Amino acid sequence: MDSEDDFMSAVSSEDDILPDDSDNDDMSGAEDFDFDDEPDPDLGMEKSISHKRVAYDISFKVYQPGDIQKQQDDLINEVNMILDISKEEAAILLRYFRWNKERLIEDYMDRSRQVLEAAGLAQTTVGPPKLEVIPGFVCDICCEEGDGLQSFSIKCGHRYCVDCYRHYLSQKIKEEGEAARIQCPSDGCNLIIDARSLDLLVTPTLRDRYHQLLNRTYVEDKETLKWCPAPDCQNAIECGVKKKDLDKVVPTVSCLCSHRFCFGCILNDHQPAPCDLVKRWLKKCADDSETANWISANTKECPKCNSTIEKNGGCNHMTCRKCKHEFCWMCMGLWSEHGTSWYSCNRFEERSGTEARDAQAKSRVSLERYLHYYNRYANHDQSARLDRDIYHKTERKMVQLQKESGMSWIEVQYLNSASQALQTCRQTLMWTYAFAFYLARNNQTEIFEDNQKDLEMAVEALSEMFEKPVTDLADPQLKVEIMDKTTYCNKRRIILLDDTAQNLADGRWTFNVELSGVLGGNNGGPSNKR
Amino acid sequence: MALPKRIIKETERLMNEPVPGISAIPHEENLRYFDVEIHGPSQSPYQDGIFKLELFLPDDYPMTPPKIRFLTKIFHPNVDKLGRICLDVLKNNWSPALQIRTILLSIQALLGAPNPDDPLAPDVAKTWKEDEQAAIATATEWTKKYATPTNQTDQ
Repeated sequence: MDSEDDFMSAVSSEDDILPDDSDNDDMSGAEDFDFDDEPDPDLGMEKSISHKRVAYDISFKVYQPGDIQKQQDDLINEVNMILDISKEEAAILLRYFRWNKERLIEDYMDRSRQVLEAAGLAQTTVGPPKLEVIPGFVCDICCEEGDGLQSFSIKCGHRYCVDCYRHYLSQKIKEEGEAARIQCPSDGCNLIIDARSLDLLVTPTLRDRYHQLLNRTYVEDKETLKWCPAPDCQNAIECGVKKKDLDKVVPTVSCLCSHRFCFGCILNDHQPAPCDLVKRWLKKCADDSETANWISANTKECPKCNSTIEKNGGCNHMTCRKCKHEFCWMCMGLWSEHGTSWYSCNRFEERSGTEARDAQAKSRVSLERYLHYYNRYANHDQSARLDRDIYHKTERKMVQLQKESGMSWIEVQYLNSASQALQTCRQTLMWTYAFAFYLARNNQTEIFEDNQKDLEMAVEALSEMFEKPVTDLADPQLKVEIMDKTTYCNKRRIILLDDTAQNLADGRWTFNVELSGVLGGNNGGPSNKR
Repeated sequence: MALPKRIIKETERLMNEPVPGISAIPHEENLRYFDVEIHGPSQSPYQDGIFKLELFLPDDYPMTPPKIRFLTKIFHPNVDKLGRICLDVLKNNWSPALQIRTILLSIQALLGAPNPDDPLAPDVAKTWKEDEQAAIATATEWTKKYATPTNQTDQ
């Protein structure tokens, strides 16, 4: 019991050390006040926003490679102390239980034999792993024999020469990317090769790779941990949002590398749209189904032989090239019924054309609706990309501005904030359109659209100011305007996200599709297969 | 590249103490390439058939499994049109301690116990599950047609 208590206190003290994103009112308070005293209105605004916890804000922690290693080591040490097994065995057991320490200890206490066997561990304890030379030994893998042939076995006693063992391990690690469950080479032997035995056998490069793979399984095994998907980023993020909550919350997290992504689906930040809608939307945009939609909206079918026809000009008197059927393009009725009054086409009530027209109109409306949202979505996507280009120019602009107007470095930082605000707001706007596509019309939607409109207008205005030439930017009047607009954009974005997140959490949105909390079907269940 | 001792030993043993109902003979110009013949197990639709296979030992052998496929046409849920075989020990359950002879025995056993629940040839497996009688009849017919020594040239 002592050891457990010790550990508990160790955990809590570690929590205290780690930076917490909630506000500490005690010690750091003095520093905060210093900040607030600063005359800059922007900073003051940002402060007051972040003080209030908004609905779309979720708590998460970023772990760097060292932290990830430490977490594993701590758990391993703890199990090692409580259960009186070696650290390597503790590690194997923990991996088998997907790092669920409580379940491990409980199960081990109840039936240690079965647990050890299932996890791939032997009952017996022998000394540390070592290479041995055994007289008369013949390796079963390479059939080599001879005096001085070094051999190795783990606890199961299946002994092979050291060369074959090395070869085997490198095959598993390098070619198959296996680490946590490398078994004894013998057929049907389930014993797992522990890290210490492995360290004895393989080269340092392979050992590094092995530990890298082990770290990977640690993050992948834990539901609350995910790797940051940014290229070359080695951090992992911990977030408590469960898969089943994804219809209630959009868990956007941001890594230390400044990449912002959704913890639920790993895609780039897509607030305010929930993961399920994002998945549908992306699928819809990628699908060929829209081609079919286009066809049905822009073409008509010959009433007789059903060939698809696109009218490329000329009069309404259509003659199908295939079946030579003659009909009116306007009413789809028989041309012969038109007589000489064809141009006014006053035959709207005619039965021959009604059905064809109805089907056509329906698909046209649905296509137009989709295109409305898609165009705006794609436009913000593109604009964000263009703004990003400008962002790269901003730095140069800022230097130039410092030279030309004699402003100091800190005085031109407002351009940087403006650029960042543009990026995040456009990202949000983009997804508001995907979100809106799936919204059913009601009062909530009206409020949402008003918010969307406000943000969009502000963003476009800021974007326009931002593109002005450097000479104009030196104007203090414009600087104030940009700063005001930046703040306003950020504020509008927060209001919009707060509102949508709140409604999502309370289940107040009505969607025109069924929203499923569980995504993708193959959610990694609790049991580890491999 | 010199042939590893392991392969030499395995080949010697295959020649000197052959497994009943199985033969594996290496090509003279490539000792990693074997011509294999497996006799269909008795009390199975493959009874009396002699099935030809090719077996190749890749460079990494025995760290990676041998590559093996049927040359004789066979109606079996775990063998596809190209003769490829779905067998766990040929894939992720391979162990370097396994040998050519053990693998061939596993294939012979697979002939005696088709596994339509884990199919490689879905259409064959479907017949097997829906109408086992018909499937067995077809397998027997194919064995007669393609795997009987006098008709070997037909394949």
